[in-house]
Order: sequence, then structure tokens, then C-alpha cells
Amino acid sequence: MSAATQFDAVTHHPLGGLAVVLAGEPVVLRPSGALWIEEGRTLVVADLHLEKGSFYASRGQMLPPYDSADTLRRLAAETQALGPRRVVLLGDSFHDRDGEARLAGADGDSLRAAVEGRSLVWVTGNHDPVAPRGLPGEAAARLSIGGLTLVHEPADGAATGEVAGHLHPCARVRARGASVRRRCFITDGERLILPAFGALAGGLNVRDAAFRPLLRPRPLAAVLGAGRVHAVGWASLQPD
Amino acid sequence: MSGGVDSYSFPLPEPFAGWFAARGWAPRSHQLDMVEKGRAGRHALLIAPTGGGKTLAGFLPSLIDLAQRPRPNTPPGVHTLYISPLKALAVDVERNLMTPIAQMGLAIKAESRTGDTGEARRQRQRVKPPDILLTTPEQLALFCAWEGARRYFEDLRCVIIDEIHAIWPSKRGDLLALALARVQTFAPACRRVGLSATVEDPDLIRDWLSPGAGDAVDLVRGAPGAAPVVEVLLSEDRVPWAGHTARHAMPEVYEAIRAARTALVFVNTRFQAEFAFQELWRLNEDNLPIALHHGSLAAEQRRRVEAAMARGALRAVVCTSTLDLGVDWGDVDLVIQLASPKGASRMVQRIGRANHRLDEPSRALFVPANRFEMLECQAAREAIAENAFDTESPRTGALDVLAQHVMGCACSEPFDLTALYAEITGSGPYRGLAWEDYEAVVDFVATGGYALRVYDRFARIVRGQDGLWRARNAEMILRHRLNVGAIVSAAMLTVRIASGRRAAPGRRIGEVEEGYLELLETGDTFIFAGAVWRLVGVTGTEVLVTPAPGEDAKMPSWGGSKFAISTFLAQKVRAMMSDAHHWRVLPDDVREWLEIQRDRSIIPGPDEMLLETFPRGQRHFLVCYPFEGRLAHTTLAMLLTRRLERAGAGPLGFVCNDYALAVWSLKPMDELDFADLFDEDMLGDDLEAWLAESAMMKAAFKACALISGLIERRSTKDRKTSRQVTFSTDLIYDVLRRHQSDHLLLRCARADAAQGLIDVERLGQMLARIRGRIRHARLDHLSPFSVSVILEIGRQRAPGEGAGEMILMDAADDLIAEAVA
Repeated sequence: MSAATQFDAVTHHPLGGLAVVLAGEPVVLRPSGALWIEEGRTLVVADLHLEKGSFYASRGQMLPPYDSADTLRRLAAETQALGPRRVVLLGDSFHDRDGEARLAGADGDSLRAAVEGRSLVWVTGNHDPVAPRGLPGEAAARLSIGGLTLVHEPADGAATGEVAGHLHPCARVRARGASVRRRCFITDGERLILPAFGALAGGLNVRDAAFRPLLRPRPLAAVLGAGRVHAVGWASLQPD
Repeated sequence: MSGGVDSYSFPLPEPFAGWFAARGWAPRSHQLDMVEKGRAGRHALLIAPTGGGKTLAGFLPSLIDLAQRPRPNTPPGVHTLYISPLKALAVDVERNLMTPIAQMGLAIKAESRTGDTGEARRQRQRVKPPDILLTTPEQLALFCAWEGARRYFEDLRCVIIDEIHAIWPSKRGDLLALALARVQTFAPACRRVGLSATVEDPDLIRDWLSPGAGDAVDLVRGAPGAAPVVEVLLSEDRVPWAGHTARHAMPEVYEAIRAARTALVFVNTRFQAEFAFQELWRLNEDNLPIALHHGSLAAEQRRRVEAAMARGALRAVVCTSTLDLGVDWGDVDLVIQLASPKGASRMVQRIGRANHRLDEPSRALFVPANRFEMLECQAAREAIAENAFDTESPRTGALDVLAQHVMGCACSEPFDLTALYAEITGSGPYRGLAWEDYEAVVDFVATGGYALRVYDRFARIVRGQDGLWRARNAEMILRHRLNVGAIVSAAMLTVRIASGRRAAPGRRIGEVEEGYLELLETGDTFIFAGAVWRLVGVTGTEVLVTPAPGEDAKMPSWGGSKFAISTFLAQKVRAMMSDAHHWRVLPDDVREWLEIQRDRSIIPGPDEMLLETFPRGQRHFLVCYPFEGRLAHTTLAMLLTRRLERAGAGPLGFVCNDYALAVWSLKPMDELDFADLFDEDMLGDDLEAWLAESAMMKAAFKACALISGLIERRSTKDRKTSRQVTFSTDLIYDVLRRHQSDHLLLRCARADAAQGLIDVERLGQMLARIRGRIRHARLDHLSPFSVSVILEIGRQRAPGEGAGEMILMDAADDLIAEAVA
């Protein structure tokens, strides 16, 4: 099946981003890397990796201590723009188990402010197997919304309606004798993998073998650009 | 023979005088001068051409001193430290030094220590230091980060820096200058000796070498060698209008190789090297042993070529700047420069690789690849005849290198903040270091230098009760030692032959820089390591290829040299061009080309800039000729396009070479106010806005992050899994720029980019030079001059600004095209 027939429902959404139909559910892929699910007015972001900077600093590599503030500021911008009823953090929200303890008071406050009056769900991930203690929200291993299942790590094999993170998909696109590498969503119309939302979270090229068992052939990459999302076909995606 | 020697108050002592005499040699005057400087305890810079016994001149004072010293009661430390920019050179000099030591029966131990030296020998060298230690700047930096450094070097009497002209104006030079300052603290009486090729301004090196602003470095000059014989190839075939390959001249180059004993064929890029190698072998009916040498080839392959060269088994090597420096090969009697020389000093260096005998002239042949290069070759030839060289500027030490050094000092022993500042500001490149910058560097080393102070408990260096700074723990020390050095090499991919139906990785052919294959698609053919290959694919860090012999290979990237034409040479080219009397030295076809340019357009005066506008196809062109090199032109073109955009000209693209740049647009540009367009104020906000987003800044930032120790190239335990990349410096750059735009490393990256990658200083000087001196020629069609740059269109990459978004748009359009098909 070619990308064209698989994704005939791909349109640019008036709110910004790309509107796609995922396992029958209409969703919007946002230029920020967040997912908007109209059902229950749900905003989903994956792999925040809060306090990654301080994690490395504690081991002698002094990465900037601004990554949590940066990530949470972009999250706040999304909640402000969309007014979700529910915010889902799709796992690996903290870079490591001790991350919450290192989170600056001000950053904790901006998270509280961003989710004020909304429900917050911490989907547990491999970096943060338990929910934070001092922050609002409920922990869950998975969450169902309409026909969609939200989990951190994609299950082996095909899974209709699964929305996951964990892999940090990234696309390399080449044209005009140069190439760019950007974060992206990747979907085959049945399953969707979100890009990492964290400021310092790295990326894994979608041509990597890790994606192969999870997606049908020739999936679509929704590549994050400046203020818009570009739908890029499989043929245009390059390995690193 | 001894006549010249008598005038010296200190003739050579025995056994040295006897050793010279037994060989029928007389010591050269600069060798005796150096001996005298040694006896007087003076710092000295020796400038002498190759083949003048320069290295021996550097070592003689130490050998004499060592031969005459009384037997010490305790085992002595290192007496003389020799630093070379090349590992191979350190090893070669060790070998050459052993000959006189053995022949004179001296009890002197000289040993080399490089990254390749085995662990057992390294250990032994620490416990029992040799009298003379031959090493590299990186190894010396490692020594300085060792807890035994002070004791190890306290007996040091002399440090010799070879090929100093090639080291000092670089980050490696900064690292070396800092290490020398350290060593000088351990051994205050230590004498410094620099050995240099001929340079325009020796005072710059003397100042760099001096251990303190007040300490003079004496200048010693060797007798000049015989003037080189330089010819410019006036090809039977007409000189092409454009291009960089010199394909037209290959039969004549081959004949020149055939007529020589051994030839070095220098080119400016790896692609040119591959191309020339291929072309020469196509013509090689005599099966002459012709080899290839460039930085993308596997190290062992390069070593094999060097070894064959040393044996005298080769007739020619096609090479890039990888062989600009190196061990002496006595048999080389011809240096061929394919395509433009770019600078007079580099050229003299390269020519010096031929004929290491002082009394015989070196021979060189310049082979211009196009008509502008013909002018450039003539200009270089005249510069060499006049003994004129490219000018250089004083060096300001980089702060990322300083950060690495400060960490190294803390690893070696606790330091006092004020004392270390005094030590550092004694070294040439850091003499102007402000205390605030120094403090910022120390703060960066400790906790990353962030305005948000949350990392104090993780500090890499800490201040103790005694007020001294020291490394926090053993792990920090270990990590630092794994990451010493100021060379950041591009990530390399391994090229392997794909074998079997499943295209499994097979035999390794070599390594290529990441980005070398950027312009190639799977299935394309390309030349590498002297053969034609088809690209099967890239997986992880491996490039899989299959042989494609006999196929016409695609030639990616003909952007020409990475070295820009020097300001000095460009000035000479402009002068030659503007003076019609001077055209007589040029071949007929090139002279005709200049005459047609004069008739149809304008030949600008030496300080003027020619600017042409003309329509072509559906577009309007603006071509100007600043002659400031491709880097400065690319920066200028970026900034001009922004301005043309604002002026409503609708610029569509641009292309640059070393001499000119062309911009094309939808609307005519003849009526623009050019004085306004080229106003120097473009180097303000426009420059900063463009630079901040540019890939060049990100590349510069990455290098600074690695050198300064913000991130590690090698880690004690590799936490990376194949599934997840840990972090990229581009992300760090973006976060830092949003939250602390005056951070030390952003300042470092900005300085590096402005200097090395976009040539802002040169652009500024050019804009000042042409103010009020723009000559506009409004033409109906393209001019003879413009052909060279117009023909580059389509061969170069898309320009940077907004290119990322354009690429994504294009790819997204593909999908739409696919959808409607």
C-alpha cells in the first residue's frame, strides 16, 4: 500500500499542525511535537526527560541547567493555546528516578500552573517507573481514549490504535544537495510514535531497525518544521 | 673550510668538531649561532629553509651540554623536550638524532613518545626519563595533567618546537603555549627554541614563543637556499574558462612526472586528489608507481604510502595538505601544484618538500585549472621570486582551550587562582587575557559557567580550605585525561565492500568524513581511494559499496579549495589584472580573455571592485569580484541576499568562488544603490541574525564543547546503546542560546565562526576598501569574467538560510506529487 492511499486523510489543521486519522480517531500532530486528541480534549507529550541536564552534571558533564524550564515553557504554551481538559505525559517524563528531587521549585510551579484546572496523567516509563510524589497528577501504566491506547513503550508487533513514545523518532530529509535532521511523528495509520518533547532529548532515525517491526511498510513521517508539520513520504527519508 | 668558523668565539668542542670534520662538513653559521645562543642561555628562533640542517642546529646546544655535563649523583630528569606537530616527525627525528649520538659515542638517551607509544615504554619513561624526550603538543598537555609533572620537568633546560610556523596560529598552538607556560613554572631556567620555515613577520612568532612579555627571543637566520625554479604550465590545450580539475593539462603533468625522479603532486581538496590520481593512471602506460595520499584514506594506507616514499619506491604521490609537513624524502626533485596555489607561504612550504639540498634549487611546476588561476599562479610565482610571503596577525588564545588547560592543571596539583593567572598571561596568545574572562573560564570548568547556580554540588574542581583549587575526585581526573587535545576531527565513516546478496559488510577500504557523501544517492558511482565504487547504502557508521570499475564516476562537490586565496596573493592578482603591461607574461588565450573583458565590460583598478549586472534566461544577475576567497564571499552573498530581499529584488540564489560571487533574482538589479547595498553596516544585526541560525555556528559550538570539556569525546564507560543517542550539541546550543546567550562557549563559537568559517574580518576590510570604489558595468549579457562563477551554478549546495525549511517543503511536495500521480 502506498503512502498516498494510506494517508489520504492528511490535511493541514486550522489550529496548526497536521490532522490525521489514526485507527479511525481524528487527531492533530502539532508543530511542537505534542499530540492533540479531540476526544476528551486531550493533550499528549512524550519523553520530556526533565532534569537531563542536571543528571549529566552530577556525573561531570555540565549540560545547561535550563532544559526543564525550556521544556515546561513549551508545554505551557501548548496548554494555553489549546485549553486541554486532560494532559498526558507519555513516560520518561523525568530523565532518571532522582530527577524529581533535582527539579527547581520554580520549574515545579510552572508545571503546576500549566495543568491548573486540568487532569494530569503520568504514564510510567522506563526512566521513571513510578509517579512523582510532590507533583499533581495520577500515574498509569496505560490509558485508553476512544479507540486509542496510550503507553510509553510500543508493544512488540502490530497494535491498532497504539500511541507511544520511547523511541524519540527523528527524520533526515535530503534535497537541494543538503540535508536536515528533525524530530518527527511516525505513523502507519494504525500506530503512532511521538517525538521526544524534552529540550535535550536526542533522536533515533526512523530508518533504524528498531522501528521496522512496529510499523507497516512505508510509514509517514510528520516532520517538525518552523511553525508547521511537514508530511514526508518514506522515499524521502534518509538514514543518518 | 674552517675560515667561517674562526670568527666565532666558541668553536665547536670535541667530539663535535671532529665529527663534522670526519664527514667533510663545516658547521653552518646558523648552527654555530644556535650553539652560542645555547651557551648564553638565550631563547632563540631559528628561521632557515629546509635542507639547511635546521633540526641539528636546534639540538646541537643540548647535545654539547649533555656531553659535557658531569656524571650526576641522582638520576637526572628530562634535559631537552622536543615538540613536533606530527607524530611521524617525532619518531623520524629520534632516528636521525641517534646517528650522531652513536657516531660520537655520546651517553645520551633520546626517546620519542606519541599516542602510538606502548604502555610499557610510557611507564618506563615516567620512572626513568630520557635525556631528550621527543613528543607532540597533545602528549605534553597530558604530562601537564599528571600529578608527577612538576618533579618530572624541574631539571628541564631546553624545549625545542619544530615547525613552529605551522603550530602557533591555531588552537593546538594555544594548547602548546599554555603547556610551555606550565613547564616554565616548573623549570624557570628552561630555554625556548623555535625552528621555523621562512615567514613574513618573525616577530609574531618571537612574541608567541617568549615566556613573558619582557623576555626577548633572539632571531637567528640561516642562509637562504638557492632560489626555487618555478614554472607555470602553459598548456598546449587552451586554459579552460572555469573549473578546478585541470583535466586539460593531465598529459603534460604525466610527462613532467615521467621526466622527474620523484614528484609530489599537490592538490587542494580530496576530490581533486582522487580525480587527478584517476586521470594520471588512465595515462600511465609506463606503469609508473604513482600513489595517493589524503586525509580520508585509512591511516595504515597512508603509512604504507609514506613508507614506500621513504624507500624511494614511488615516482609520484598525489596528495593534499596532509603532506605539507613531514619527514624528509631526499629523492623528491619536483613539486607540482595542480590548480591554484592559494597562498605564497603555503606554496613555498610545498616547494620546499623538493630537494632537501640547500645548494640546489627546488623545482616546481604550477598547473592552473582556469584563467583566473593562471593570474593567481603568475602572481604566486612572482611573489616567490621576490621572497614575499602572506601576512599574518597576532594570535589571541581561545577560551575553550584555556578551559581544558585549567582542568588539566587541577588534575596535576592544586592551584592558586592568582598564581595560575600570572602563569597563563605569561604565554604569548593569552597575554591580553582579562581577569574577568579568566574567572569565567574557571567558573565554566567548575560548574559549566551558568547564571543559574544549581551545579555547585557537582563541581568538577573545588576550592579547598587552603584556598587552592583541585579536581573533585579521581573520576574527574580520569575523564579529563581521556579527552585532552585541541584537534576536533570530523566523525568518520568506514567504507566497506558489500559482499553477497545480502550486502553484508566486507573488506574495509578506508574512512570518509561524514558529509563526504552528502551529495550522493544510493546507486551513484564515486571515486574513492583511487577506484570507482557504487554506493549501496549507509548503515550506522559504515558505508557499503560495490566496485564499479570503468564507470564514469559522478564527481561530488567541486567547490574548490578549503583554503581561501590569501589577502596578499589576491592583492597581487588584482594588481596584475589592472595593469595591461603586465599581461605580457600570460599566454595568448588568457590575454585575449582579458582584452575581451576590457572591451565588453570593465577591467577594475587595483582597489576597485567590479560589479556587473545583466539578464540571462528568465533571470537577472549581479556578479561582483571582491577576490577575497570563497568563505568571505559566501558570507557576503548571504548578507546581500537578505538586503536584496528587503529591497524587493526577489533574490533566488547565489554562487561563489574564490574570485567572484553571483546573485540572481526575478527582477532587474541595475538601478539599485550599490553603495548602500555594500555598506559596512551589513556586518551588524544582519550578520548576527544569520549567524545565530547557521549550521556553521553549530559546528563551531560542537568543536568548542568538545575542546572545553563540556561534553566528552571518549567516556570512561560507554553508556550509549544503539537504540538511543544520548544528546546532540545542536540541542545544547539551542537551549543555551534561548536561556543564556552570553555564555562563554557561545562567545567562543562566535569567535571561531567569525574567524575560521565565515571570514568576517576579511569581509570588513574589503567593504572598507571598496567604499566609493564600486565600478558598475551594466551589460546585455554575461562577461568573460563572469563565466567562471556562472558555470559553478548547479555544482554547489543550496545556501543555508531557511534551507532547512525549503528542504522539508520540497520533500513534503514530493508526497503530494506522489499522492496525485
